[in-house]
Amino acid sequence: MDAPLFLLFAFIAVASAISLVVQTHPISSALSLVGVMVSLAVLYLLLGAEFIAAAQIIVYAGAVMVLFVFVIMLLNAGTEHKSSKSPMVKWFGIPLLVVFIGVISFIVQGMLPKSALVVFGTFTQGGPLEVGRALFTTYLLPFEVTSILILIAIIGAIVLARKEI
Amino acid sequence: MPLLPAAVPLSWYLLLSAVLFSLGVAGFLFRKNIITVFMSIELMLNAVNLSFIAFSYHLKQVDGQIFSFFVMVVAAAEAAVGLGIILTVYKNRSTLEIDEIDSMKN
Repeated sequence: MDAPLFLLFAFIAVASAISLVVQTHPISSALSLVGVMVSLAVLYLLLGAEFIAAAQIIVYAGAVMVLFVFVIMLLNAGTEHKSSKSPMVKWFGIPLLVVFIGVISFIVQGMLPKSALVVFGTFTQGGPLEVGRALFTTYLLPFEVTSILILIAIIGAIVLARKEI
Repeated sequence: MPLLPAAVPLSWYLLLSAVLFSLGVAGFLFRKNIITVFMSIELMLNAVNLSFIAFSYHLKQVDGQIFSFFVMVVAAAEAAVGLGIILTVYKNRSTLEIDEIDSMKN
């Protein structure tokens, strides 16, 4: 049952990502990004990361994307203008990306043993208990530094949103 | 031989991550709307998260998931500040096209 689920949601993720890049209206791109995030959450569940899957839905697909859609609506962003791209993009950009994917897949195939399979249910250390224990013991200092980062982000957002900038 | 393997190789997850990352790079380079460029960055962060969690499964350790949790937190903070910057840019320049925001050029 693993392979059909993986292929279905990998297909949805790639199709939504292509739609994000190709669509010209920002709202369509934002909804495609929600599709990518939700299908990635299903893949996280298949990999045994239950807490991260829930956080992905709540934080990314919920909070962050609502913020994006809110800003797009607020600014009344319309369809992109067609602008003249430099020929470098057309002749080098896409082939270089294809080469990048090829090199990555070559390295991945060479590094990982053929027996490295993903079977659902064999790794159950991804629940809130284990994640919380690691977060508040081994990774306590990064966790506290993150709270300072969020404080700075809140102050920065308030400063940017004031009238006289 | 069945059409599909019973279990998915780990490399498929990493390849999916690479494909999503490349699509994010493509969106970042080719798009002209500042909000879409910003969304492409979020797509790249999501692709990296998938790699982290696939390796967390492979090594049977929870540390990769903690890393992806931190990436998520940083992405949320980045979205708040970045969208604030976009709002300020639009207030001052009345445009969202990145080609027209070039006051630091030359």
